[in-house]
Amino acid sequence: MKKLVASIAIAASLAGFAGVASAAEEHDLKALTEHAIEGGHFPILKPKNEDWSFAGPFGKYDKAQLQRGLKVYKEVCSACHSMKLVAFRSLEELGYNDAQVKAFAAQYDVQDGPNGDGEMYTRKGVPSDHFPSPFANEEAAAAANGGAAPPDFSLLAKARGVERGFPTFIFDIFTQYQEGGPDYIHSLLTGYTNAPEGIQVAEGTHFNPYFAGASALKMPPPLSDGQVTFDDGAPATVDQYARDVAAFMMWAAEPHLEERKRTGFMVMVFLVIFAGLVYLTKKSIYANKEH
Amino acid sequence: MNNQTMGEPTRRDFLYLTTGMAGAVGAVAVAWPFVDQMRPDASTLAMASIEVDVSALTPGMSLTVKWRGKPVFIRNRTDKEVQEAAAVKLEQLKDPIARNQNLPADAPATGADRSAGKGKENWIVMIGSCTHLGCVPLGQAGEYGGWFCPCHGSVYDTAGRIRKGPAPENLLMPIFSFTKDTVIKIG
Amino acid sequence: MSGGHSSYEPTSGLGKWVDSRLPLPRMVYDSFIAYPVPRNLNYAYTFGAMLAVMLVVQILTGVVLAMHYVASIDLAFGSVEGIMRDVNHGWLLRYLHANGASFFFIAVYLHIARGLYYGSYKAPREILWILGVIIYLLMMATGFMGYVLPWGQMSFWGATVITGFFSAFPLVGEWIQQFLLGGFAVGQPTLNRFFSLHYLLPFVIAGVVILHVWALHVTGQTNPTGVEVKSKTDTVAFTPYATVKDALGVVIFLLAYSWFVFYMPNYLGHPDNYTMANALKTPAHIVPEWYYLPFYAMLRAITFNVGPIDSKLGGVLVMFGSIIVLFFLPWLDTSKVRSAVYRPWYKLFFWLFVADCILLGWLGSRQPTDTYTLMAQFGTLYYFGFFLVIMPVLGLIETPRRLPNSITEAVLEKSAKA
Repeated sequence: MKKLVASIAIAASLAGFAGVASAAEEHDLKALTEHAIEGGHFPILKPKNEDWSFAGPFGKYDKAQLQRGLKVYKEVCSACHSMKLVAFRSLEELGYNDAQVKAFAAQYDVQDGPNGDGEMYTRKGVPSDHFPSPFANEEAAAAANGGAAPPDFSLLAKARGVERGFPTFIFDIFTQYQEGGPDYIHSLLTGYTNAPEGIQVAEGTHFNPYFAGASALKMPPPLSDGQVTFDDGAPATVDQYARDVAAFMMWAAEPHLEERKRTGFMVMVFLVIFAGLVYLTKKSIYANKEH
Repeated sequence: MNNQTMGEPTRRDFLYLTTGMAGAVGAVAVAWPFVDQMRPDASTLAMASIEVDVSALTPGMSLTVKWRGKPVFIRNRTDKEVQEAAAVKLEQLKDPIARNQNLPADAPATGADRSAGKGKENWIVMIGSCTHLGCVPLGQAGEYGGWFCPCHGSVYDTAGRIRKGPAPENLLMPIFSFTKDTVIKIG
Repeated sequence: MSGGHSSYEPTSGLGKWVDSRLPLPRMVYDSFIAYPVPRNLNYAYTFGAMLAVMLVVQILTGVVLAMHYVASIDLAFGSVEGIMRDVNHGWLLRYLHANGASFFFIAVYLHIARGLYYGSYKAPREILWILGVIIYLLMMATGFMGYVLPWGQMSFWGATVITGFFSAFPLVGEWIQQFLLGGFAVGQPTLNRFFSLHYLLPFVIAGVVILHVWALHVTGQTNPTGVEVKSKTDTVAFTPYATVKDALGVVIFLLAYSWFVFYMPNYLGHPDNYTMANALKTPAHIVPEWYYLPFYAMLRAITFNVGPIDSKLGGVLVMFGSIIVLFFLPWLDTSKVRSAVYRPWYKLFFWLFVADCILLGWLGSRQPTDTYTLMAQFGTLYYFGFFLVIMPVLGLIETPRRLPNSITEAVLEKSAKA
């Protein structure tokens, strides 16, 4: 009982802090921005929660969406962002067949070597190659992008996530919320807006209230309506691009997600049944024994 | 054993047995990933085939490339070597099977079957790993003018067939093909 | 490992032959089958079994992960991703191992709390308790070094900060830090030695666990009443009674573990560790793994100098002291009564202590603001006050409730009420 009282007391005091934060969110963007800059805590706005096909215990990737996301990555993002850890061969998981993967890989030039003469040479990509990087090295990437190297895409969907705060992070255990990365990416890509009046944005940066590091970031808005044409007739909008590329990045970061959740379901079913059997066994063993 | 405990066992025993068996099934299922992780992983399997440009090899020249972590001998043989290989009778061979993965498993080790096939008789592609204990034989050495393994003295002829020494089989010819006139795809 | 008389009687010829040469079956029989345990043990006494299971899980998954891991500052991060992407079932083994560390600590905290509540550290179980604290320390060292291996941003900066603790000591501090790192900063020598030690320490833990269980079997378990076993009716045989209860506890524990491994494997980790270590860029907000957070909060709570001790050294001393104090627990508690069940005031202070640890843990994860630091200072004060003031004083002034004469009496009383 005292335990209960103590935990309620703590919960109440902590909820107080959370309450302050949520009340503040009702102010306008300018006040929020000023508040964030003053306290040095970003992002100004929490990412919006989106519906993802891969969320929840039975989540599965939407292959058509991943294919669209790949197209967005290839035609837009890959100009600056590498994706070093992903091999072309794994694109088969997006629903492409052997020949399609081969053809896709062959569109890229890959450096190989040294050859018999001791020289490096360029050849067409093969499925066992990884996505080649747009820049020779991190320093070159930084130099070409105003001093900040664009992050690698391979794990970005797991390497980004905004703190959920109390008590949301407790509820997340039961709702299995693991989509902080894609939510963040989608919000960031669709969140570019003009800086509120009176807010100074540093030269060469772009205001975005969803950016986790500051009030503005070096990357200019990368997507615009109509930039990529989808073969399956999905809308050519920034929102759609952002959604698809975020899903694709989640796949790139966690390619075995479906297998994991499928295996998990079998494990849970087994453990529940096994727990029931052990419970009955225990009851039977203790049947004639007071304890 | 009194009557009371004699009456119950069937239901109880069934329960204990079921629980025990479920536990055993669970343990076996858990063991599988621990065994499975030992198999070659996806990146290793993806390297399973390579393409080699052999345009620079004139007759009498060899090239050694690495495939699946092992050396592969590619040799453009001289006419003399090809004729020597063809002249050998099957009964003279220690291992009369071709050991050529591009042919049926029982193909005989004739000079033609130990080469890249019609029109490409001068080419031979073999895994350079002695069939005795896996050392790499030296090229154009030994009394048959083929290969000679320095580890335990196995002698192979110009078609990579075992002629003398402890090795039991001819050098293995992996799956390969000419994708172009001058490009060999191995694997 | 049993202190008492052995009742093992091999029936087969082979059994007798083995028994007279290597009485291993006898030891197993005496320790895990016939071994008498108090009949009133509740589920709080199943955490030990969970810990044994987790130690085995960690060692097995760790050994196979080491078959694919490369301890190189250039390749480590990629090799872990190779495990996640390419190795057959590699994702499962790695998530089992990473979340296994967390669940190992969940079980150990429950196990320690059980010991505190039922007074398991009191005479004659002092050595048993001290061995337990040693295991806990070894676990912390192992967990810390393991977290460095993936060579992510948190790995690198966690290693930098934690080895930085030692630089707080005057004169020898810097020398110790460089000794631990094998260089001037975290680098290749650090990663290599951490890998070596991370592989070694679990086996040391297993060795101390054997001593821990040996000591346990000499003194016997405590029980919720805290009254020692007096007659044979107070006990039941370990198998099947304790075994099946342990099994149920373990299966339920595994359910929770699987929930995290399969459905939210990254919940307990930190996103920054999916970015490769970069010695030139510190992440915005460095936090240790959740199981170190209370200690981290106490470290940061010391923001003031005390005499010649500056705040940095003070924080480090408080943090180390918070563990060291556990070693003296058997002598700090002056109560004649063992179990909190019969100590109404101790029970209250115990739950406050649990709440305090949770609060400190939460504060450890926050960016330190003035309010949070003040809260952490009060939290630290209560942490030490609980051990150094409440425990010695309360034992002298508290009036405990009436104890049952024996375990059997307590059990019969309880079932009569029900």
